[in-house]
Amino acid sequence: MLLNQFLLLGAVLFSVGVYGVLARRNGVMVLMSIELMLNAVNLNLVAFGVQHNVVSGQVFALFIIAVAAAEVGVGLAIVLLLYRNRKSIAVDEFDLMKG
Amino acid sequence: MIAQNIAFGIIAAVVVLAAVGMVTTRNIVHAALFLVAVLGGLGAQYVLLTAEFIATTQVLVYIGAVTVLFLFGIMLTRAPIGRMAQMTGASWPVAAISAVALGGVVVYAVLNEFGSDLLRDDGQVFRTADVGDSVFSQYIIPFEAVSVLLLAALIGAVVLARRD
Repeated sequence: MLLNQFLLLGAVLFSVGVYGVLARRNGVMVLMSIELMLNAVNLNLVAFGVQHNVVSGQVFALFIIAVAAAEVGVGLAIVLLLYRNRKSIAVDEFDLMKG
Repeated sequence: MIAQNIAFGIIAAVVVLAAVGMVTTRNIVHAALFLVAVLGGLGAQYVLLTAEFIATTQVLVYIGAVTVLFLFGIMLTRAPIGRMAQMTGASWPVAAISAVALGGVVVYAVLNEFGSDLLRDDGQVFRTADVGDSVFSQYIIPFEAVSVLLLAALIGAVVLARRD
């Protein structure tokens, strides 16, 4: 197998995640797209770990999985709080900082 | 080798189609289920890369815990469980252009740098024991930091989400 094919799959997934973060209005959907981007990075880390014959790639991927779990917990709590205060989680309606 | 390439192709096609479906569907519960397909497919890719522990963790943490958390988030914010007209913002063409431009640059850079590097198949396979040895020797300080981070995130989520 080529190293390339895993890196290209990661690149495509990351781009799809970027599109989701920028285009989606629902706050929960934005968090899901961020998970997609983190997973694309994990795939690259594991592929490079195999390529260089080191275990560090897998260890870093584990750390990213742990940080992603923490991020999703806090992120969903924030979305919930926004819903409670504004009765909406459409991210383009939160424009208090706009002049 | 051939069988592995065929397996990679099938799984990669499923993963990419599910990812595109996730960011384009109008039904938010379907989006969460597409996310499960993407995460499961990536777990299969980790098996192809001989990373057994990462594959297991992917299934346990992502498919088991994170997806359930997302479904709870969808329910608690009372999103319409059906088709929803306004799922994509008005700026989606800009988002699409940005994503295609970024993807193009990264794909070009990858093809340019790693054009035909074969993945080494003579190397050592790292089993769960090797990953554990590394986490608890070389990476013990980051591991402890991550455990404190998880505790802080847990307390933070409870403090943010509770009603008072």
